[in-house]
Amino acid sequence: MPTADATPSPLRGKLPGLLLIAPALLAIALLYVVPLARSVIFAFLDQDGGLTTAHLRTAIELYGRDIVFTVLVALASLALISVVSIAIAGYLTLGATPWAVTALRWLYRWPLFIPFIVAGQTARSFLARNGLMNSLLIDSGLMDQATAQSLLDWRGLVLTFAWKQVPFVTLLLAGAMASVDRSTVEAARNMGAGRLRCLIEILLPQVRGTLLVGLILSLVTIMSVLSVPMMVIAGNPTMMTSMMAHRVTYYGDYAVANALGLFSYLITAVAAYAYLRMTLNQHNEGAR
Amino acid sequence: MTMASIARRGAANLLPALMIGICAFVVFGPLTNLFMWAFAEKWFFPARYPTEYGFDFWQRVFRPRAGAWTSLFSSVWIALATVALSMALAVPAGYALARLALPARAFIMLIFLLPQAFPSLPIFVNIARMFYGFGLNGTYLGVVLVHSLPGLVYAVWIATAAFGAVDRTMEEAARNLGAGPLRTFRDITLPQAFPGLIAASIFVFLDSIDEFTGTFFVGTPDISTLPILMFNASMGGNYQIASITALVLLVPSIGFMLVIERFLKADVLSRIGR
Repeated sequence: MPTADATPSPLRGKLPGLLLIAPALLAIALLYVVPLARSVIFAFLDQDGGLTTAHLRTAIELYGRDIVFTVLVALASLALISVVSIAIAGYLTLGATPWAVTALRWLYRWPLFIPFIVAGQTARSFLARNGLMNSLLIDSGLMDQATAQSLLDWRGLVLTFAWKQVPFVTLLLAGAMASVDRSTVEAARNMGAGRLRCLIEILLPQVRGTLLVGLILSLVTIMSVLSVPMMVIAGNPTMMTSMMAHRVTYYGDYAVANALGLFSYLITAVAAYAYLRMTLNQHNEGAR
Repeated sequence: MTMASIARRGAANLLPALMIGICAFVVFGPLTNLFMWAFAEKWFFPARYPTEYGFDFWQRVFRPRAGAWTSLFSSVWIALATVALSMALAVPAGYALARLALPARAFIMLIFLLPQAFPSLPIFVNIARMFYGFGLNGTYLGVVLVHSLPGLVYAVWIATAAFGAVDRTMEEAARNLGAGPLRTFRDITLPQAFPGLIAASIFVFLDSIDEFTGTFFVGTPDISTLPILMFNASMGGNYQIASITALVLLVPSIGFMLVIERFLKADVLSRIGR
């Protein structure tokens, strides 16, 4: 093929591609890159345009408890999401009762299709003190009426976030587990290892990367959703998303809202950094 | 079959049955509660279940010229406009990313990934502030634009994967037989990528119909979509109207998800993000 003598200038060959992608890039620049830059810049600008850390200090002073609360709720949600999705994905992969595996596969996906705002409303009515959950538990004799309490606090948030995100992480995990080489599992089973041990010692280490990706995406979601904390929790402390909206809608104070936003970026950045380090370590171990 | 073996099989099925029961309770319990509220005429505190069922609130929500119709039409129009805008931008971009030579392709892909990698709420807050300067707050155009941010990201990912999965030998055959590039694209490439592009449109539509945060900052109080209507009803303590709106919102989500597997084939799915 006479490619060597007919090479056009490098840019000319790339011009059609650039022209086709330019409108989409422009839209992302205007709708994402500019607001992102503004959110960071305005967290540090005072009224005269000088640099200041006053907004950050105000944010910590007023909303320090909410930041800690957010981190704890996120961690508790991620822990619950991990345990439940590993259990479900593990059962889907290793389960011995065919009808139960089929039923579980049909059941677990439902919350994935339900919008967050609807999940917030269902949680608000289901988990209340006189909500359906307590009513059913009392009627089935599992709980005494006097001990019924509202779960509309941090527990409600953790349960709602987990309810929405478990199907997503399970979907990823079950897919990864299905592609793991079955022969090691069969061998371990023949040597007498139980299913739980196979799951924890053989399957789980091989799908760790997928689990982490699912958890990081879930963390970003938890840090972004506004409707659920507003609908599940009344009062303080609450999630940072709720406080940012409060700051903007009640005070028109974009600077402190942006400072809070910066903290939410930082929290996800720490998680992303931990993930990158872990995968790099894995690569290095693999290379050795 | 002896009694002993029946008993053994019963015992072996007992634990899975219990597990499935708990899962069903966790998944469908909250949804059952939604249904009960939607049809509850009277449900006051000491009563653990509704004391009267009926369609009274449905009539109130859907009577002519009620706010629900306005919100429903706004939601659908905004979602359709968001699909049109996102796909108009994403189809050429996806084709370029999948098929054409581009400088810094990895970097461009990264830009289209970023919006999903960091919390979006500060972005919506700052978009609202910028739009305020342009007079776009409280307008349909403003809401469509803010919905197009997540929409465009999904659309570009899926469109890139869809064009990447197109069989190139058929394109080459068409070109060899004398078809021009545009005709090849129209008759060969587009039909093959079409199911993937439909899937992308469905995702964008659903994302827009369910979107709350962006509308909350950019659209309210002038524009009310179904999620905003639901939120206001719920915060006002009107659980019946909130639950009815929630059920209406569930229809497109569950309906589309039942058909999406037909459009999103495994070969396209496995290419997303590449």
